[in-house]
Amino acid sequence: MNMVSHEPYVTEDGRTIGGVLMELKNITLRFGGVVAIKDISFDVREGEIRAIIGPNGAGKSSMLNIISGFYTPSEGEVWFEGHKRPQMRPFRVAQQGIARTFQNIALFQGMSTLDNMMTGRITRMNAGLMAQALWWGKAEREESEHRAAVEKIIDFLEIQHIRKTPVGRLPYGLQKRVELGRALAAEPRLLLLDEPMAGMNVEEKEDMSRFILDVNDEFGTTIVLIEHDMGVVMDLSDRVVVMDYGKKIGDGPPEEVRANQDVIDAYLGVSHD
Amino acid sequence: MFYREAGDFKTSYGEDSQTFPIKFDRVRYYTVLVVAFGIIPFVINDYWANAVFVPFLIYAIAAIGLNILTGYCGQVSLGTGGFMAVGAYACYKLMTAFPDVNIVFHVIGAGLITAGVGVLFGLPSLRIKGFYLAVATLAAQFFLVWLFNKVPWFYNYSASGQISAPERTILSIPVTGPNTDAWAKYMICLIFVVVLAWIARNLTRGTIGRSWMAIRDMDIAAEIIGVNPLKAKLTAFAVSSFFVGIAGALFFSVYLGAVEVGEAFGIQKSFLILFMVIIGGLGSIFGSLAGAAFLVLLPVLLKNVLVGALGWPTDLAAHLELMIVGALIIIFLIAEPHGLAQLWRVAKEKLRLWPFPH
Repeated sequence: MNMVSHEPYVTEDGRTIGGVLMELKNITLRFGGVVAIKDISFDVREGEIRAIIGPNGAGKSSMLNIISGFYTPSEGEVWFEGHKRPQMRPFRVAQQGIARTFQNIALFQGMSTLDNMMTGRITRMNAGLMAQALWWGKAEREESEHRAAVEKIIDFLEIQHIRKTPVGRLPYGLQKRVELGRALAAEPRLLLLDEPMAGMNVEEKEDMSRFILDVNDEFGTTIVLIEHDMGVVMDLSDRVVVMDYGKKIGDGPPEEVRANQDVIDAYLGVSHD
Repeated sequence: MFYREAGDFKTSYGEDSQTFPIKFDRVRYYTVLVVAFGIIPFVINDYWANAVFVPFLIYAIAAIGLNILTGYCGQVSLGTGGFMAVGAYACYKLMTAFPDVNIVFHVIGAGLITAGVGVLFGLPSLRIKGFYLAVATLAAQFFLVWLFNKVPWFYNYSASGQISAPERTILSIPVTGPNTDAWAKYMICLIFVVVLAWIARNLTRGTIGRSWMAIRDMDIAAEIIGVNPLKAKLTAFAVSSFFVGIAGALFFSVYLGAVEVGEAFGIQKSFLILFMVIIGGLGSIFGSLAGAAFLVLLPVLLKNVLVGALGWPTDLAAHLELMIVGALIIIFLIAEPHGLAQLWRVAKEKLRLWPFPH
C-alpha cells in the first residue's frame, strides 16, 4: 500500500483535512476462539469523513466498539491525538471527545428529546451535588448555558417541534435524528456513526446525508461511519476502509476502492473456476 | 379559567424548565402549600394527625427516596425497611448521645448515616441488576433488622430491647415524646416533606437526575455517552437512603415514639413502600406523594366504611384491605405501569385541549 502523506490539504469542496487524529495499529480482537478482527491498521485524519464498509459479520461494529472503549482489543494499540490510549472505560473515552450513535437506536426511551440531548452534554457539566440539590449558583447557570448549546443543535437538526416529546413516541427516522443530536450535543472531536441510515427511506436518507455533511462542514467534526448503502458511502466519504471476515481488504478514496478487485470479489462473490 | 399554556410565553430557559410551566398548576401548587401550612395545623386533632397526616407525610419521604432509586435509576430495592431502621437507630443514638443538639440535626445526621450504609449495600449494584439486585437488597433488609436486635449497644442496653424517643423540643415546643401536640408533629413532618420534595425535584431535573434516568433506560448507551455508572448508581443509593433514613428517623421519633425493630421496620415495610411507588408512579415525585396518600388513606377509609358504617368485623375488613391492595397492584402493573402519576398526566393533557377533542 502506498504511504499517504500526512500534510494537511484542501478537498475539492473546500474542506481542510488536517493531520492524523486517530490511528489504529495492528488491532486484533478475539472472542474465545473466534477472531472478529485480524491485524487491522488504519488512520483517521482531522476533519475527514471516513467510512468503514464490508459485508455482514466483517467486524465493522466491533471496530467501532473498540474505538469507543466498549471492547478492549486483544492485540494492537489505539492512538488518539498523538498519544497511545491506555485501556479505559467507555465514559472516559467519551470525556476525551469521542461520541457515537448505535446501529439499533439506543435512546433513553423514558426521557424527552431535550433531556436525551442534555444527557449528551454530561461530560461538560460539573456542578456539585449540593448545588444541584438546591438548584442554586453553578447548577442553575450551567443548566441554562447548556440548554442554549443544545437548542443550537435542535435548530440545526430541525427538531424544534419534538423538543419535549418523550422519544419513545417518535417515529423511527426522527429517533435516529435525535440520537445523532445526542451525540452532537457532546461537541465531539470524533463522531462514530454505526449505520446512521439503516432502515430509512430515500427521503430520510437524503436528510441524514445532508446532516452528516453539514456536521462535518460547519462544526469541523471528524466522522467515522459504517454504512451499507454504497451510493451514500461513495458520495459522502473522503476515504473508505473495506473489511471482510475481520481483515482489511481495501483502504483509500472511494474511486480507488470501487475499482479494487478484492472489494468487488468480497461484495459480488467470486466464481471458483 | 381554561387550562392552557397558550399565550403564556417563556423568555428564558430557566422559565421554560420550571416545575409547573402552566400558570394554573402554579396557582394550584401554592394553594396546596397555603392550606397545608396555614389551615390544617389549626384544625388538626390527634386522630387526624396519627391516623392520616403524619404517616402520610413520613411515608411520602420514604416513597420519594425509593422512587429515586427504583423509579429514576432503575435499581430495584427491597431493603427500604432496613434502611428506615438505620435512620431510626441512628437518630436514637444521636439523640441520646448529644441531648443538647437540636433534633433537626439528629434527623439530618441520621439521614447522612443511612446514606453511608446505603452506599455500602449499593455496591453489588455495580455488578448485578434486576431480580438479583433485589435479592441482594433483601439481604440488607434481614441483616440490618437482625443487627439491631442482636447488638445491645444500638438500643442502649434497654431491658425491653426497644428504643424510645426522649422528649426533644424546637423553639421550646415539644416535637417528640408523649407531650407532643398533634399540630407540632404535623408541622415538623410537613416541613421535612416540602424541603425534601423540593430537593428531589431539583436533583431529578438536573444533570444527576438525567444520568440516573440514562442508567435506568439503557445503561450501556449511558456509559458510552459519558455517564460514569459507578457514580450514578452510588449517588442514587446515597440520596435514596438519605431520604429513607430521614423517614425512618421521623417514623421512630415523631410518629411512633417507641420502636421494636422487627415489628416497625420488617420486610412488610419494604413492600408497603414499594407498593406506594408502584401505585403512585415510578419516576415521579408527585407519584410518590399520591401513592403514599393512597395506601395510608385506603385502610382508614375501609375501616370507617366497613367497620364503622356497615358494622363488619375488624378482621374481615383487614383481610379485604389486603385483597384490594393486591388486586390494585396487579391492575396497575398491567394497565398503567406508570401509576397514578400517569393517570394525572393524561388527565392534564386532555384538559389542555378541553372542550375540543383534538
